[in-house]
Amino acid sequence: MTFEIPDFIPVIPELFLLGMACFILVADLFIPQARRDITYGLTQFSVLGALVLTVWLAAPEVRITMSGTFVADPMSDLLKSVVLLISAVVFLYARPYLMTRDLYRGEFYVLGLFGVLGMMVMISANSLLTLYLGLELLSLCLYALVAFNRDSTQAAESAMKYFVLGSIASGVLLYGMSMLYGITGTLDIAGVTAGILTASGEFNMALVFALAFVVVALAFKLGAVPFHMWLPDVYHGAPTPVTLFISTAPKIAGLAIIMRLLVDGMGPLHADWQGMLLILAVLSLAVGNVVAIAQTNIKRMFAYSTISHVGFVLLAIMAGTTEGNAAALFYVIAYALMAAGGFGMVLYLSRQGFEADNIQDFRGLNERSPWFAFIMLLLMAAMAGLPPTLGFYAKLAVLQAVVQVGFIWVAVFAVLMSVIGAFYYLRIIKFMYFDKPEDRTELSRGMDVNVVLSVNGLLMLGLGIFPGILMSLTAAVR
Amino acid sequence: MSFEQFLFYFFSAILVGSAVAMITVRNPVHAALFLVLAFFTSAAHWIMLEAEFLGILLVLVYVGAVMVLFLFVVMMLDINVARVREGFVRLLPVGLVVAVGMMVVMAMVVGARVFQVESPGRADADYSNTEAIGQLLYTEYVYPFEIAAVILLVAIIAAIVLTLRRRPDSLYMDPAEQIKVQRKDRVRLIKMEAEKK
Repeated sequence: MTFEIPDFIPVIPELFLLGMACFILVADLFIPQARRDITYGLTQFSVLGALVLTVWLAAPEVRITMSGTFVADPMSDLLKSVVLLISAVVFLYARPYLMTRDLYRGEFYVLGLFGVLGMMVMISANSLLTLYLGLELLSLCLYALVAFNRDSTQAAESAMKYFVLGSIASGVLLYGMSMLYGITGTLDIAGVTAGILTASGEFNMALVFALAFVVVALAFKLGAVPFHMWLPDVYHGAPTPVTLFISTAPKIAGLAIIMRLLVDGMGPLHADWQGMLLILAVLSLAVGNVVAIAQTNIKRMFAYSTISHVGFVLLAIMAGTTEGNAAALFYVIAYALMAAGGFGMVLYLSRQGFEADNIQDFRGLNERSPWFAFIMLLLMAAMAGLPPTLGFYAKLAVLQAVVQVGFIWVAVFAVLMSVIGAFYYLRIIKFMYFDKPEDRTELSRGMDVNVVLSVNGLLMLGLGIFPGILMSLTAAVR
Repeated sequence: MSFEQFLFYFFSAILVGSAVAMITVRNPVHAALFLVLAFFTSAAHWIMLEAEFLGILLVLVYVGAVMVLFLFVVMMLDINVARVREGFVRLLPVGLVVAVGMMVVMAMVVGARVFQVESPGRADADYSNTEAIGQLLYTEYVYPFEIAAVILLVAIIAAIVLTLRRRPDSLYMDPAEQIKVQRKDRVRLIKMEAEKK
């Protein structure tokens, strides 16, 4: 048997992150609690270092290495960069919260880094095996992070729920993959596509059967209705920094595996999965937007808002065109930025012994801190999809793609649901600007959080006025 | 029916039976033992497929290590089985309908007639599948293999993070301190004047 040593250069960012995560794991043992900032600094160094390496090694051609299990292409370069950037922001927002709650421990960062590594593996997966392993690596870190605050029974309960349902979803995904392997005889994603094209007629039913399992599992992981039940409870029960982490970067990685497995791998079956995604998208839009109105807890509200955003992403994928795929990438990146800012604001308002996870806690924010009330206004406007913010262009791109393939009634429905959804975003703006504050505790965070949160909010406006910057990036990779 | 086929159906019947028993018996220790039986019969399947290494690994690792540990945990924890089982009977009809429905659909779609695969034929007597697996694992599949290793590392970290609690109030001995102890730490000689009567 001959074996060539694979080309390690495209895998360098992953190798760097893995090495740093292992180093931090050991180094953290020797760092006393008072010097935990060193662990934090090392974590930021590894995430930003991996980001620099990813950007530096980015190339316009497709590089397949590691015996065909790893692929680096423009899409993976873009998505990995965004995931790393957002993870760095998440770690930054999370720090004051962790410090005031006795959660400022090295394991948080180690688990977080391994989770980021899992996302990078998912984004670069070129075989069913690596795709599944990356997903498991990410999920395992997330389960542990949700239960990270061990003294909270609520967190333990939601972690348990997340673990059980997530494991079922993983099992369903594996079952679908095993069917695909049985039909096509290969784990390689390009091989699966070729196998589907050449599979004889008697396999048609079995292929759709495998497809159904794969779609259900992916819907579970993204939180699309009717597989969304875990999402509000997990968002609500988890410590806010973990909710922030779950709701941002993993969604990008989730879209990446949909791109790899469904759009690329099972592309020949587009006619079959189009209908499935259409049902998921329509239900997600309806449930996400309508149920969110009844929520009083802002984390639950954001959970339902996530469901409705997932509906939009699935609509774009459903179109099955290059424009649709680019719109989905654009939407999910925009969403991750909005969610990072939204949860960043919840973290900004929280302090020792006070979670600020009630919608009422935003009352009169304008009097307490006009600047951050303005930032929250931008974020909420972007989530609602009001022009001229980023959210508007994200929704517009999706609707254009949907109308192009002739699903006009779906586009109309999506707009209607967005209008309903705008209510609960605008309600927060009303609380901030037209109500009196009940709690006048001074808001002050470190300079780093202030600056990054402001930039995050202003990006909503900046990228909204110049959507071409991000749009051209996502259009170029699809 | 050849003897091999007979063995296959024999082990399969035990495997399915023990799997069903594992989720239906009331006693968690019995459930764990049924799982052991299920692992044993799957190992028999592996060996019939001439994957002796995997079969033996399954017995050594799962039955020998994992399940024994699992049994220890089950015996140590005082799980209130009756409370866990609440709702089982109530939800059983719904579950049965769904399960039977799924089984019928699956049997229709992915029956044996769809997946007809040519038998790969017998390997030579001196063929070592341990060597073949080792070669593949450390060359072609080294990337997934390493990711699996990272997943195990994360599992260890997660388990320790979620369970390790330092309790300053609990009494314990530090053997290192005990060994290092010196006479002056324990015995204090005091010189004092003899008291006069």
